[in-house]
Amino acid sequence: MSRISQRLESLKSAGKTALVPYITAGDPRPSATVSLMHLLVEKGADMIELGVPFSDPMADGPVIQKAVERALEHNVSMNDVFEMVREFREKDAETPIILMGYLNPVERMGFESFANAASSVGVDAVLTVDMPPQESMGYFDALKAHNLDRIFLISPTTPNSRLRAVNEKGSGFVYYVSLKGVTGSKELDVDDVAKQLQRMQGEVELPFGIGFGIRNGETAAAMSKQGSAVIVGSALVSLIEANHDKDLYEIELAIGEKMNEFRHAIDKADAE
Amino acid sequence: MTTENSTIDFAQFPDAEGHFGPYGGIFAPETLMAALEQLNDEYESVKNDPKFLDELAADLKDYVGRPTPLYYAERWSHELGGAKIYLKREDLNHTGAHKVNNTIGQALLAKRLGKKRIIAETGAGQHGVASATVAARLGLECVVYMGADDVVRQAPNVARMRMLGATVVAVESGSRTLKDALNEAMRDWVTNVDDTFYIIGTVAGPHPYPAMVRDFQAVIGEEARAQCLEKEGKLPDALVACVGGGSNAIGLFHKFLADDSVKIYGVEPAGHGLETGQHAAPLCKGTPGVLHGNRTYLMQDENGQILGTHSISAGLDYPGVGPEHAWLKDIGRVNYVAIDDEEAMQGFRDLTRFEGIIPALESSHAIAYATKLAPTMSKDQVIIVNLSGRGDKDMNTVCQIEGIEF
Repeated sequence: MSRISQRLESLKSAGKTALVPYITAGDPRPSATVSLMHLLVEKGADMIELGVPFSDPMADGPVIQKAVERALEHNVSMNDVFEMVREFREKDAETPIILMGYLNPVERMGFESFANAASSVGVDAVLTVDMPPQESMGYFDALKAHNLDRIFLISPTTPNSRLRAVNEKGSGFVYYVSLKGVTGSKELDVDDVAKQLQRMQGEVELPFGIGFGIRNGETAAAMSKQGSAVIVGSALVSLIEANHDKDLYEIELAIGEKMNEFRHAIDKADAE
Repeated sequence: MTTENSTIDFAQFPDAEGHFGPYGGIFAPETLMAALEQLNDEYESVKNDPKFLDELAADLKDYVGRPTPLYYAERWSHELGGAKIYLKREDLNHTGAHKVNNTIGQALLAKRLGKKRIIAETGAGQHGVASATVAARLGLECVVYMGADDVVRQAPNVARMRMLGATVVAVESGSRTLKDALNEAMRDWVTNVDDTFYIIGTVAGPHPYPAMVRDFQAVIGEEARAQCLEKEGKLPDALVACVGGGSNAIGLFHKFLADDSVKIYGVEPAGHGLETGQHAAPLCKGTPGVLHGNRTYLMQDENGQILGTHSISAGLDYPGVGPEHAWLKDIGRVNYVAIDDEEAMQGFRDLTRFEGIIPALESSHAIAYATKLAPTMSKDQVIIVNLSGRGDKDMNTVCQIEGIEF
């Protein structure tokens, strides 16, 4: 069983929901990332989603676009991201890491080289936004061969036929995009999410992580009642943006405070 | 492989998932998949429907002004002293370029799908104008995304779009050109997918766009083929068209692909020169990768980041290219060549002075290549150059270069 599945199982048996924060690798500068990752864990992250910068992040809203631009000003490459994960693993062998990104930097490296390198530095899973299950071309097989979980996005508009394809190719958990839009979009509708999840859980056996549009403790708490994991991205990254030219200490203060808000709200909801 | 083209059934490409060999496909976020499937289903259901095709043909005739002439550029041909050059006059279409052939078709689909809002990306502004035009005609809301740099250099088209009632959004992210406009339009579509139809202006993007836009543009080559047979009693010896995303080129080329005797040239923008890296010629100098929903040749660095591009013409300033072109390059059916900014400017001057036709800077790349090609051919040979658009929109750029007060 993968590190992600184990983590989700043990949280489930303890009646808890996973908190999964997202940051972009190299934002606001490469030297900050590993330190921020350890802070996220200290503040209650059960897994970390680490964004791999790509010049054309088609599915991301302005907050993450700017994060990517900040990282790319430092020319952060896939190998740099691997180096960050390797360094993180020196002090943390437990917290699962999910790489989230777009296909082109992976394809440029080669599927096998990418999967091999990711696995050897201690990455647990990969979410490739613009690689749907039907295109594959050996990519998902390469990930599987290196024991990397394959995380897929599903959305309110995903029909049952593709849910079954995700169920077959995916592993670890599925990432439910809780609203129509890019990352960091408008408020989400809790009742609508509940209704959609009911349909989807009939087709997909994997645990559900819920993301997009979770901004504060209140929405995080509401979503924790629906899924096994709550994923928060733009809410954190916007704090990096606001403090990007300040000392790491200031950035960590802001991120830590927001993480506390999410963690407490989720724990409270789990205890109810 | 060029001798075996007659054995390939080009009409069978792409496959059902949008693949042209290893290129094309649907590399899109899940949030767009349902909209792409809906569009594909609708397009499949109408593309052979006589009622739809009649409606399209009537619009192309009475609203766009088709068929466009195939004009023998006699004085220019004599000056060059080689092959006879014919111009396919897409510049004479309503709105001034080939782009409207496609927007008319997609607007009919938008209407059938009951969409209330149209979005588009644009580089030179020709596709934006063509989209704003069909939106005005159908009474639909229209939002056009345009790179902030392009908003400046194609100001006349921005004014036209606004006059037609469209909202023009200047995109400040990334390199502030066409690729960023495309990203932004995709983001809008993901968010407003229920009521919005995205009219992509070129033969790129996720399936079914490359196939659908090609089909709507194929009228160019269909007419040119018949017109050439009528005027010359034979097929042309060569075709020349500029390639950015590649819609005017595919439009001209498609009906000739199986004709082995016809040599085909796609002209990419070499910008300041292929060796400088400041160009937009992925077929000449790029490598395969995935961008904007399809696998194709891209301008990218060793880490797979998309590179900034440069061309004097905003409409060609794009780091990717339609996947069918990528495939036609690999199988050797089309020769992809490049023309730099200065050569394109000379093409612009030549056509203006010899024929009294002011071409778009995009089309000027094709003109410039024809000036190289024609003298190498004999006087009884025939070249068709796609004059994809007129140059009115480029007055700012050209006057600056020529030192003419605008």
